[in-house]
Amino acid sequence: MKVSKNTLPALSLLIFLAAWQALAVYFGSNTLPTPVFVAKVFWQSCVAGELPFHLGVTLLRLVVSFSIAMLLGCAIGILLGRNKRLDVFFDNWLVIFLNVPALVTIILCYVWFGLVESAAILAVVINKLPNVIVTIREGARALDQDLLEMAKCYGFSKRKTLVHVIWPQLHPFVMGATRSGLALIWKIILVVELLGRSNGMGYQLHLFFQLFDVASILAYTIAFVAVIQLIELVVLKPLDKRSLQWRR
Amino acid sequence: MTDIRVNIASKFYPAVGRAGQHLAISNLNLTLKVNEFVCLLGPSGCGKTTLLNIIAGLDNDFKGDIFSGQRHSVPKIGYIFQNPRLLPWRTVRENIDLVLGDQHSPAVVDALLEVMQLTQFQHVYPERLSLGMSRRVAIIRAFAVDPDILLMDEPFVSLDAPTARQVRELLLALWSERPHTVLFVTHDLREAIALADRLVFLSAAPMSFISEVKVPIDRTDRHNEGVREEFRRQLLNDYPLIKTLL
Repeated sequence: MKVSKNTLPALSLLIFLAAWQALAVYFGSNTLPTPVFVAKVFWQSCVAGELPFHLGVTLLRLVVSFSIAMLLGCAIGILLGRNKRLDVFFDNWLVIFLNVPALVTIILCYVWFGLVESAAILAVVINKLPNVIVTIREGARALDQDLLEMAKCYGFSKRKTLVHVIWPQLHPFVMGATRSGLALIWKIILVVELLGRSNGMGYQLHLFFQLFDVASILAYTIAFVAVIQLIELVVLKPLDKRSLQWRR
Repeated sequence: MTDIRVNIASKFYPAVGRAGQHLAISNLNLTLKVNEFVCLLGPSGCGKTTLLNIIAGLDNDFKGDIFSGQRHSVPKIGYIFQNPRLLPWRTVRENIDLVLGDQHSPAVVDALLEVMQLTQFQHVYPERLSLGMSRRVAIIRAFAVDPDILLMDEPFVSLDAPTARQVRELLLALWSERPHTVLFVTHDLREAIALADRLVFLSAAPMSFISEVKVPIDRTDRHNEGVREEFRRQLLNDYPLIKTLL
């Protein structure tokens, strides 16, 4: 049988669901509900408005902490990549922050600043920031010296150099940091919510865990994965396409 | 417009790794008259690019000074590098517009594109251009800023002979239409004779001045290869040292 390239992803997804259904039916356990049942639970909590609310809260936290981490990370990354002395000075700090476990930052933020929203956001930002800095710094170190010289000798202003010479070269690094960042941040946010917030996906998952409600856990997971996929398709892919159109 | 005087007492490259300190230029004095086309000739690796970078203000780590009169503190530079150095993510037109201020007249750029036969390619990204076309864009970019001095660092190297000749002729057409002071680096004597008012011969590193020769061929006779060859033979005869330099 010949399968076209376009139907292959759909087919693989179908096989995955079929295998899941078969396993669930075979074991017949509460802890492994069938995909059909999960879909039903998903639909019910959507209609009840519970899932959209908690998903929305988590997404809001994601957007805020992600934006802060990316903006700060890009600025600091470019600075460290272009300035050797600063880089040498702050290198140890970076290594420390890169290796502090996420759980430790979260606990410390809550202990120091209380169980408040800003502490939650701060904990996520601190976890993500070093990754962005390191990625962007690599990009800033590898900037094309020839083009920078060209910009200098034709009297480009700092802003012009940043927008037209530096930023386009950093684009792949920024996109890399964005993709890995989204995946990392939402995992951290769930822990943050689980430990110290009274809404959001993490809080809900904690609740379902205590009730042994696996169907709901899976329904929430699927919703979140779908949202991240949507961001990739609707925001990141078109962004990539637009800024890489100059490539042969 | 004033003459541009270049006085470089010394230029060192610091020691890196196992390579010791390197004296690239020593005691070089050069005066470029207004709208004069000067070719610098010297063996490869003698420090010609270093000299251009110093004049362009890209390298300030040297002893000496570059004097360009009172008009600006720093001369306005048009630099045509050895490689075209176009921004790959900007179109031909955008690459040229970027070096100009926000209030430049598009007509200037249009005219330059016309002379260099690139009008129909102005909205193309550089990666789609041939090397010869990219070099023509780099030439337009340098002329567009209306510089006090145009620096050219072997801009025709790695072009095949017919393309090099074509770009050379376009360059000359542009230059005779809008004369500028030009400092042109090459190690091709034929090319230098086709282009220059004056040839300056430089030694191997540490680079210093050896001698200079005016090219007595009238601009209207430059296209005549016989006349150019005759002068070249004469030159090599009079200065046998040149052969060892090139």
